[in-house]
Amino acid sequence: MRGLSFFLVGLLFAVGLGISGMTQPTKVIGFLDVAGSWDPALMFVMGGAVVIGFFGYRFVLRRPAPFFAPAFDLPTRRDIDARLFGGAALFGAGWGLAGFCPGPALVALASGSSDVVTFVVAMFVGFLAQDLVARPAAPGTPARA
Amino acid sequence: MPEPGSIPAALAGGALIGIAAVAMLALTGRVLGVSGIAAGLIAPRSSDRGARALFLAGMLTGGVLVGRLLPQALPGAITSSTLWLVVAGLLVGFGTRLGGGCTSGHGVCGISRLSPRSITATLVFMAVAMVTVFVTRHVIGGIP
Repeated sequence: MRGLSFFLVGLLFAVGLGISGMTQPTKVIGFLDVAGSWDPALMFVMGGAVVIGFFGYRFVLRRPAPFFAPAFDLPTRRDIDARLFGGAALFGAGWGLAGFCPGPALVALASGSSDVVTFVVAMFVGFLAQDLVARPAAPGTPARA
Repeated sequence: MPEPGSIPAALAGGALIGIAAVAMLALTGRVLGVSGIAAGLIAPRSSDRGARALFLAGMLTGGVLVGRLLPQALPGAITSSTLWLVVAGLLVGFGTRLGGGCTSGHGVCGISRLSPRSITATLVFMAVAMVTVFVTRHVIGGIP
């Protein structure tokens, strides 16, 4: 059941990304182009997701534990360091260049475009490069993203 | 069905993304962060590779479903320049790991938890992405 949960959540998430417009790089660039003909539609993606997330998380966290795990496993760090700034800035630059962030890029693989494959392979090389050069992650750092 | 990416579709898609994030927490106890989940699949030090693989398999299956039902939602990439795509992909991969998250983990889950790290990261990556688009579109006059 735990494995099936991961699969189905991934599927639902991907369908949401596809409907939302996040898998259309032109649309994403149009949203980021605040100095040009700004397209505000994608603001509603994060708006819709965060409203549901905000109330949903509070509702779920009232339970003693998740359904298929012994305990909730949430990030606990609250410090704001240079890595956070630097990483977010590098990510923002890449997002602005290609119009893809990680989730939508993975969904867009289904388009069959070799250009999307190129982006995704480079993204995984970037993941690996950072993991290889970085200091070891703090113990218990959960999967996040 | 409204056109994918229109405001009603953005709102509906965003709601599904939020529901997926809440379901992830309720079922598995984790935040839904794509870069962390995907990077952990190939990282030398990693855990729970099976769960990561299943999540990503679900995403790819969802992508195939979207491609069948809403092919216009998957137009491919914005450029065919391999150099451009590789540079962007490396920045996204390296940056999301260095910053501990991307649009899903920081942007959706982190803001929902009112995490100061995630709110900061989201403001930074949105601002830098907007500046990047400004430079590529209005200063150097478009991408190759």
